[in-house]
Amino acid sequence: MAQFRGRTIDPKAAAEIEALLGLRPRRRDLLIEYLHLIQDKYRQISAAHIVALAAAMKLPVVEVFEVASFYHHFQVVWSEAKAPEITVRVCNSIACAMQGATALYEELHRLERAGVHIEQVPCIGRCEQAPAVVVGTNPIPAATVTKVQACLDANQTRIEPQPWISYQDYLDDGGYRLLRDCHGGRHTPESIIAILKQSGLRGLGGAGFPAGMKWEILRKQQSPRLLAVNIDEGEPGTFKDRHYLERDPQRFLEGALIAAWAIEAPAIYIYLRDEYAGCRQILEQELANLKKNPPVALPEIHLRRGAGAYICGEESAMIESIEGKRGMPRLRPPYVAEVGLFGRPTLEHNMETLYWVRDLIEKGPDWFLSQGRNGRKGLRSFSVSGRVRKPGMYQAPAGITVRELIDEYCGGMTPGHEFYAYFPGGASGGILPASLGEIPLDFDTLNTYGCFIGSAAVIVLSTEDSVREAALNAMRFFRDESCGQCTPCRVGTSKAVTLMSRKTWDHNLLEDLARVMADASICGLGQAAPNALRCAMKYFPQEFADDR
Amino acid sequence: MTETCSFTIDGQEVTAASGTSVLNAASASGIYIPHLCNHPDLKPTGSCRLCFVSIDGGKPRMACREPVKDGISVATSNAVIQRMRVQVMELLIADHYMDCLACAAAHDCELLKISAYLGMRPNQLTRLGKTERNLPVDGSNPFFQFDPNKCVLCGICVRTCDEIVGLRAIGYIHWGDKTVIGAAGNRPFAESICESCGECVERCPVGALAPKTPAIPAREVQSTCVYCGVGCGIHVGVRGDTVVSVSGDRDRETNSGSLCVKGRFGFRFINHPDRLTRPLVRKNGELKESNWDVALDLIAEKFRKSKGRFAALASAKCTNEENYLIQKFVRVAMRTNNIDHCARL
Repeated sequence: MAQFRGRTIDPKAAAEIEALLGLRPRRRDLLIEYLHLIQDKYRQISAAHIVALAAAMKLPVVEVFEVASFYHHFQVVWSEAKAPEITVRVCNSIACAMQGATALYEELHRLERAGVHIEQVPCIGRCEQAPAVVVGTNPIPAATVTKVQACLDANQTRIEPQPWISYQDYLDDGGYRLLRDCHGGRHTPESIIAILKQSGLRGLGGAGFPAGMKWEILRKQQSPRLLAVNIDEGEPGTFKDRHYLERDPQRFLEGALIAAWAIEAPAIYIYLRDEYAGCRQILEQELANLKKNPPVALPEIHLRRGAGAYICGEESAMIESIEGKRGMPRLRPPYVAEVGLFGRPTLEHNMETLYWVRDLIEKGPDWFLSQGRNGRKGLRSFSVSGRVRKPGMYQAPAGITVRELIDEYCGGMTPGHEFYAYFPGGASGGILPASLGEIPLDFDTLNTYGCFIGSAAVIVLSTEDSVREAALNAMRFFRDESCGQCTPCRVGTSKAVTLMSRKTWDHNLLEDLARVMADASICGLGQAAPNALRCAMKYFPQEFADDR
Repeated sequence: MTETCSFTIDGQEVTAASGTSVLNAASASGIYIPHLCNHPDLKPTGSCRLCFVSIDGGKPRMACREPVKDGISVATSNAVIQRMRVQVMELLIADHYMDCLACAAAHDCELLKISAYLGMRPNQLTRLGKTERNLPVDGSNPFFQFDPNKCVLCGICVRTCDEIVGLRAIGYIHWGDKTVIGAAGNRPFAESICESCGECVERCPVGALAPKTPAIPAREVQSTCVYCGVGCGIHVGVRGDTVVSVSGDRDRETNSGSLCVKGRFGFRFINHPDRLTRPLVRKNGELKESNWDVALDLIAEKFRKSKGRFAALASAKCTNEENYLIQKFVRVAMRTNNIDHCARL
């Protein structure tokens, strides 16, 4: 048994850590990257390795434990145990749960044997493939026991990304001409910002802050300023970022490089969720190609790997995570635009926001603004899952209604299913009944209904589904993903799950609970966690007829 | 000179150094704002979500994170703030293992204090049920114990160990509602690098970190710690002529309230039956109780015979001045350089 008193270091573990780290710099912000090295090689992180890593990085042992024990993808073990060769992850979030993920998980347990570990995990961003299972890093769409078994038998445990638009293809298609023009003086940061502002581009991670204004604010901050790209896409129901990354990875990189140019950022940090192993392969390859044959003098580009924590999609939690810490959201003020990554003013964008930059500038704001429906303007990337015939990612006009989306883009409802309810913006955006299926889906249009569009993740429920169950699923997700920092979220989500698991719901008590979470939580996770709960009670009284 | 700001809290004129938080300024002026995770010695985190105030009639803000500003008008409560506080307290209480009558912290428990201040009603204390946490109590440390089921995760202990002690023996383990405070590997405190200084125990606002043998003194006496030459200021808690507790004197510049393990917990020797209160003189190989005149005469006589054949070991328990005197005595009176100090070992 390892002994911490006096910081005793196991020489074998120390040698293994030295071998793993090699000449890599012993910098604090790389801690999570190094924990990944250990996890990847040993498929677990032992106490002895943590003590040795702490010594190598000159960090307090407990600090390394704090970080390692915060992230779901690190298996911290006290004494060396036999780590499973393969982990099979069964998604249990809303869309997958509706497709029988719970029963599938129970059945898959039959396959558990030495070396194979089956576990339930929160949304892995493959909602259109529900129920989704990942064997090692290999995703299995519409998973069945037979498919998983076949995969294990054939030892297919690594994802193989489908062909995508490579750097060369992208260049051939006129890619990076715009960036060269920017660097060549044919555009000024002001003119680019003006176009972004005219086109009304807003942050597409969910908060919808006007992008042009953000760039403008950043330019007024003291340099050096940094750019951080958020690809910690974790909102249940959302898979648009993955969709774009798997197909056209250079487009957002060009957007990022234009943003870095506009705000004069010497470095770009890209934070990619760990669940997207395929996207990581693509990005690593494409970044290498870009660096090998750069269109302009490039700023530093760092690709950082998340470690399984939804909260790191919150902008300041992501910054903490890039700095190698527990992903705890920061209190504002100061805003990340003033004091962000490494204490520098930081422009943080969702990947998709940057994905649009090239198109908006090349095609002009009018092209973008001419799209839209029901009085709204622009295009949105809807991730549609649930009971529709063709779930998937669809670029559709902003302001489209859910009924139009289902009928025009998704081929209608799944045969035999009747439209009943929908989440307009992932697990946190609330749930609306079919009777409110004519609301234009866009920023600001849903607020009066206690909902928001967020990352435009639409999950469609049918009369076969229970909103009550879906709301409980969402609340469980938030309980499991709360960072635990503030009382209303940490205890509120936990108590809400307990109360919502009861046969009858105490509506008054739950409403009080919802109110304190919404009003007093530090960040958006806790504030939005009760949206689905509140909507369920407000719009679906028929499901609670027996609760009196 | 530090700049000062003048402003009002609930109509009362308050002056505080700029850079002070509204919460600390209020506390220093004797105005109470309910809070759990703030401590004037530590950086604020704003995580307990209790110290809401309204500044110039604005939306509720955390007083611990709001810097004071000239001319602002702070209201420590209003209907919205009162409701939020009561609801946050409901959550804290529903997640806190309660054995108040047997709890070591009952006399200065912040949860009890806030609950009384807010006028919490019985149903608000029970309607969210009891805590589902049922974690083992860590009693491995000889002086204090840690009950994670009472912990409110204010983080004061973690910040104390980091910011004041500089040791970083404890931290947060896991995440979400499974978060616990613990030593590396979430192993018992006794197996960690913890030096048992008790600074965290002193600051814990509830009974999560509590001394193992707590006793509320009948009165407190101001004194100086006898363990070493630093001369830390202490408050010695006594019942009759028995010492039952020691706490640091926050007003003494030497230590500003901080103590080490010996000063804080090592006071039982004072009333211990084995303690020597009279000199012992060895006769025929056996130590016999004697009086000071006899003992000192004997010492003087032996010293006189030992000039040049003498050695002295000075003590860290003595002051610098006393240590200077002993070396002078050894060199001048005893005519030898055989003088050393225990701190060199």
